Amino acid sequence: MNGAAAILKALERQGVEVIFGHPGGTIMPTYDALYDSPIRHVLVRHEQGGVHAATGYARASGRVGVCMATSGPGALNLVTGLQDALMDSTPVVAITGNVPQHLIGTDAFQEADVVGITQPVTKHNYQVRNVNDIPRVIAEAFYIASTGRPGPVLIDFPKDVQLAEFTGSFEVEIDLPGYKPTYRGHPRQIERALEALKKAERPVLMVGGGAQHAAAEIFALAERSGIPVITTLMGLGAFPGTHPQCLGMPGMHGSVAANRAIHHADTILAIGLRFDDRVTGKISRFAPHAHTIIHVDIDPAEIGKLVRTHIPVVGDAKWVAGELAKGAQRMNIGKWWAQLEEWKTKHPFAWKPKPYLQSQEVIQAFWEATQGQAIVTSGVGQHQMFAAQFFKFDRPRSWINSGGLGTMGVGLPFAIGAALARPGELVIDFDGDGSFQMTLQELATLKKLNLNVKIVVLNNGFLGMVRQWQDLFHARRYSEVYLADSNPDFAKLAEAYGIKGLTLTDKAQLQEAVREVLAHPGPVLLEARVYHEEGVFPMIPAGGAAEDMIIENPREAVAGD
Amino acid sequence: MRHLVSVLVQDNPGVLQRVAGLIARRGFNIESLAVGRTHQPGLSRISLVVSGDDAVLEQVEKQLNRLIEVIKVTDHAEPHVERELALVKVSVAGIEERLEVKDIAEAFRARIVDVAKRSIIFELTGDSQKVSNFVEALRPYGLLEVMRTGAVGMSRGEQVLRVREKKAV
Repeated sequence: MNGAAAILKALERQGVEVIFGHPGGTIMPTYDALYDSPIRHVLVRHEQGGVHAATGYARASGRVGVCMATSGPGALNLVTGLQDALMDSTPVVAITGNVPQHLIGTDAFQEADVVGITQPVTKHNYQVRNVNDIPRVIAEAFYIASTGRPGPVLIDFPKDVQLAEFTGSFEVEIDLPGYKPTYRGHPRQIERALEALKKAERPVLMVGGGAQHAAAEIFALAERSGIPVITTLMGLGAFPGTHPQCLGMPGMHGSVAANRAIHHADTILAIGLRFDDRVTGKISRFAPHAHTIIHVDIDPAEIGKLVRTHIPVVGDAKWVAGELAKGAQRMNIGKWWAQLEEWKTKHPFAWKPKPYLQSQEVIQAFWEATQGQAIVTSGVGQHQMFAAQFFKFDRPRSWINSGGLGTMGVGLPFAIGAALARPGELVIDFDGDGSFQMTLQELATLKKLNLNVKIVVLNNGFLGMVRQWQDLFHARRYSEVYLADSNPDFAKLAEAYGIKGLTLTDKAQLQEAVREVLAHPGPVLLEARVYHEEGVFPMIPAGGAAEDMIIENPREAVAGD
Repeated sequence: MRHLVSVLVQDNPGVLQRVAGLIARRGFNIESLAVGRTHQPGLSRISLVVSGDDAVLEQVEKQLNRLIEVIKVTDHAEPHVERELALVKVSVAGIEERLEVKDIAEAFRARIVDVAKRSIIFELTGDSQKVSNFVEALRPYGLLEVMRTGAVGMSRGEQVLRVREKKAV
């Protein structure tokens, strides 16, 4: 057995079902071994599609997603996706080939310092220099990627290592003296948290992406205590969006109720989130009335990084939320709830109807038609925010987007990965005309796999979010955001790939279009030509605070009525 | 505020780059970084001099601890020994200057390690302040080269930064 066969064998032992990859010179021995392996390989059309698909697979399943690329350009095309997985704490293992060891450092053909370049974008990375280290390194990589705060791990295999005769053992012991994640929160800290919650008059529970695997415990904690729940962009679905205790998403485009609740709260229990600036706004004005902030996170470095924390709890969201649920008591917060209900009722997510088709109603129509029973992915921009606002996520791992890095183009590859991870489920990619064009070559991958993925391109002919900022903050000087004059006919584009393509322009045809998309077995692309100057609201301008929230589009307040 | 931080790491290839890269990209200010092997096989020890308030230092420690190959981090807030080694080459024009320079060196307990016609190399160990003072004292005579190792440190007494032998790699 050579090193390449050992790589595949070791991956098999990790339970890997599928690899998203693209071959090339230095990874060819491993592709040769793949020919005899039971592991499925999905041939993507660009390595970035591969790493995003692996991310989508991981986020939908909770298992490690695996991608593969050749040296140099192949490996470097993974960089964006690795940082995306790092920022959104997603377990991914990336396998790359490299030039043979005797050529390393000589500027050989397709050589790049992949280990050096990917160091800051991975949780850890390796270059395997001895063929017999393969099983240990792969076991460690999967362990590191999937435990503690999950993240991407890259393993680089010089070509000669893939070709060398393997004489080692697959029975390996993981010994990482510097890596011991804490799962069980300190009992005294949990006790302190429970005491603080008991005294709270205006509490909120904030739930982030780190609690996607802890939905049952979060639910028990919320139901038992009666605490209002806020789910961040990454936390959507970790607590049901339609639950009466759910106030929705906080932050820049969050709900009025969620942002005001945080602003007025005296006690905040934050589980599995990292107080991103899109959530907090100006940090010095964040939660000014909170005398107690309890922060639960498995990564100690997140605690106290940005927000002053009174009760830190280092531990796994599932374990800690479970303990908190056990100890929680019914809260006597009727007055607080009356206030929250008022905000909720008065300012739900809404849009001003126009004679044109609008993104919000398209998303809402899909939500209603599917009764929320879908996995939803998105690109990055206005359509992403609309999807987060108008599709109510009741199940964990049902909303897969790029929260931390804000990577345009993730929608389609995320959808492909998610569909493979959860066969039998409907996957909808709400995409933008700008975002979609960044990775649209993966239509070929989708066509080949014939997955039940519905792509809804919300085409407003603009890079809409940038246009919105230019509208609000740059005197409407629309610099380089206009796409409509050179966008393709998206339905025809899909048809060119052999995928059913539909175009929707008329508001009145919306329900029919949704029905047609959902009735078609296999992949469909629906281009929805939507109103071109829609804005996402509410909005807290960057660097602002909850009090600075713009609830309705100021343009429409002036020009509309 | 200035802090001396010791970091025990697995001495895998690239570990120094990981530590230095992390410090740089998180925007921490370091004055110096020194690294060397320990008595335990597979383990190296890095000394960092970092400036910042308590919150910054807390982040430095936590972020370093996130690195897989970092085994332990300690901020030497407790009584500790701190030393830095410096080689200082100073130009000496005539006999008079040579004697003056030697007097200064004696006061600092620096050793002469090289003597040439127009220059002397001194070797000095001490805490970083002492090294700085020595360098400044020689400046008027014409410094030709200064090489400092950066501070290394160790807690006094019982407190020990190490891994239990069976855990060593």
